[in-house]
Amino acid sequence: MTRNSPIDETEALAQELRADVLTMVHRAKASHVGSCLSIVDILAVLYGRVLRHDASIDKWPDRDRFILSKGHAAAAVYAVLANKGFIPRSDLERYGAEGSPFMTHISHKIRGVDFSSGALGHGLPFGVGKALAAKRRKADWRTFVLLSDGEMDEGSNWEALMFASHHRLDNLVAIIDYNKLQSLPTTAATLGLEPLVDKLVGFGWEVREVDGHNHFRLSEELGSVAWQPGKPSLLLAHTTKGKGVSFMEDKVEWHYRSPSDAQLASALAEVRGSEDA
Amino acid sequence: MRNAFIEELVALATAHDHIALVVGDLGYSVIEPFADSFPERFINAGVAEQNMAGLAAGMASEGYHVFTYSIANFPTFRCAEQVRNDIAYQNLPVTTVAVGGGLAYGALGYSHHAVQDYALMRSMPGMLIAAPGDPYEVRACLRYLIANPQPSYLRLGKAGESIYHGSIPEVSPGRWLTVAAAEGDESAVHLSTGATLDLAMRLGRPGGDAVCSLPLWGMFTKGAQAEQVARAQRVVTYEDHLADGGFGSWLMEALATNPELRQRVESRSLDPSVCGLVGSQAYLNALGGLR
Repeated sequence: MTRNSPIDETEALAQELRADVLTMVHRAKASHVGSCLSIVDILAVLYGRVLRHDASIDKWPDRDRFILSKGHAAAAVYAVLANKGFIPRSDLERYGAEGSPFMTHISHKIRGVDFSSGALGHGLPFGVGKALAAKRRKADWRTFVLLSDGEMDEGSNWEALMFASHHRLDNLVAIIDYNKLQSLPTTAATLGLEPLVDKLVGFGWEVREVDGHNHFRLSEELGSVAWQPGKPSLLLAHTTKGKGVSFMEDKVEWHYRSPSDAQLASALAEVRGSEDA
Repeated sequence: MRNAFIEELVALATAHDHIALVVGDLGYSVIEPFADSFPERFINAGVAEQNMAGLAAGMASEGYHVFTYSIANFPTFRCAEQVRNDIAYQNLPVTTVAVGGGLAYGALGYSHHAVQDYALMRSMPGMLIAAPGDPYEVRACLRYLIANPQPSYLRLGKAGESIYHGSIPEVSPGRWLTVAAAEGDESAVHLSTGATLDLAMRLGRPGGDAVCSLPLWGMFTKGAQAEQVARAQRVVTYEDHLADGGFGSWLMEALATNPELRQRVESRSLDPSVCGLVGSQAYLNALGGLR
């Protein structure tokens, strides 16, 4: 691959985000590092290739809206906002610090953040309202909502799924981070989501599946929405919780634990080393 | 109150194109004038209150002033977390409208009795409660809310409330509105919020006491209460709500650091024994102690 291809740029951004997230979570002794690593590739492609945004204008009216519904992965979004110039990089050191606005569940008080979440099942209804507002005002910006898989247990999401297709919100894109782990511990053992594609199609959405760590495929799918005029788009992104750090991958304990000094060093070496791989 | 609400909302929406109405599959024979006049700003969210409140917040974040509308506890308790997190915390101009406050839907049973809603809504910082006492106060509250967009809760009675004002009064959060001035020396003030204004007039007026309504209040208006209480020898509060977390309790909390003023307050509210019983609003209010 050449160093200058767009995919290389988003891969490099994802590598930065992995290092940032690990450092932030370690410094704050916070949880949810696995949840962050699960979505950094999606965020890198969204912010690197897909979303219409301009960091120089606060709340630029024509921007695409991005909502993190799985608010516990806030560190990954703060990191991408810092890398894209919405907030200074030094702000990342304030993540989870005493009295800081950078709470470990995402906060609308941070520049570039459109919605506070933390309680699950809130982002999609809110995004539906934004998409409906854009439709009614004939604005051409789009709304992207990133959800977790465990979050699909929440009934409010299914209310919103039904509403969005009924109202033909093809300016709305939902992405499910399908890493198959939730708190205790797997989605399959908790409340089986399968057959998830059939359910989502049955609710009237245009659904596609993708390897949620494959930047080419993510770019291809997210870059070509709406896939079907008159229908909202749902990208089911198959991911690995803790992706990029071998000892964290697919391990539910990294929903909770914060890396030790030694673990941080080892994790950083691994994610940075992958640059030469 | 329902008719005054929809007439005033239609009038305001004619002048302001950012007003939207989102209903939770309720409002038959009430909301049609709005739906017919402004189809682009009317949405029936279906029987799905969480999504209703969440999408209202989303629309409000894009410049709309959204009114969500349902009856009794559905737009509040059923979606309390959406009201707390999505609307109140993010300081968005959504007015949650509940029709049938108190025991207005008495015969429909406990599911439809809104007697804890003040407790829920007043626990949220920044939430303005609008509980008008007559149809003119409904119009006054709506005008205030449009002019001062913020998270708010409009609690309406149902229909057939008496009219006590001659015109639309000036309202301001935390300020008592005189409905009937004292005859002679002022000793007691009968202070009501919401549809119990009828009861305050019936009980307070014959003795020549002053009767006031407080249609706009909330956590942030407590500071304005002491000086108003200080002007009266005695204040009797009225509400068709349980004492716990209610309006009288709110006033006493506002006077927590002033025991002398606090002891002037006497609260009239619904006894919890009325929860679960069925009957007309008048019957249940009387049974609950509002008589």
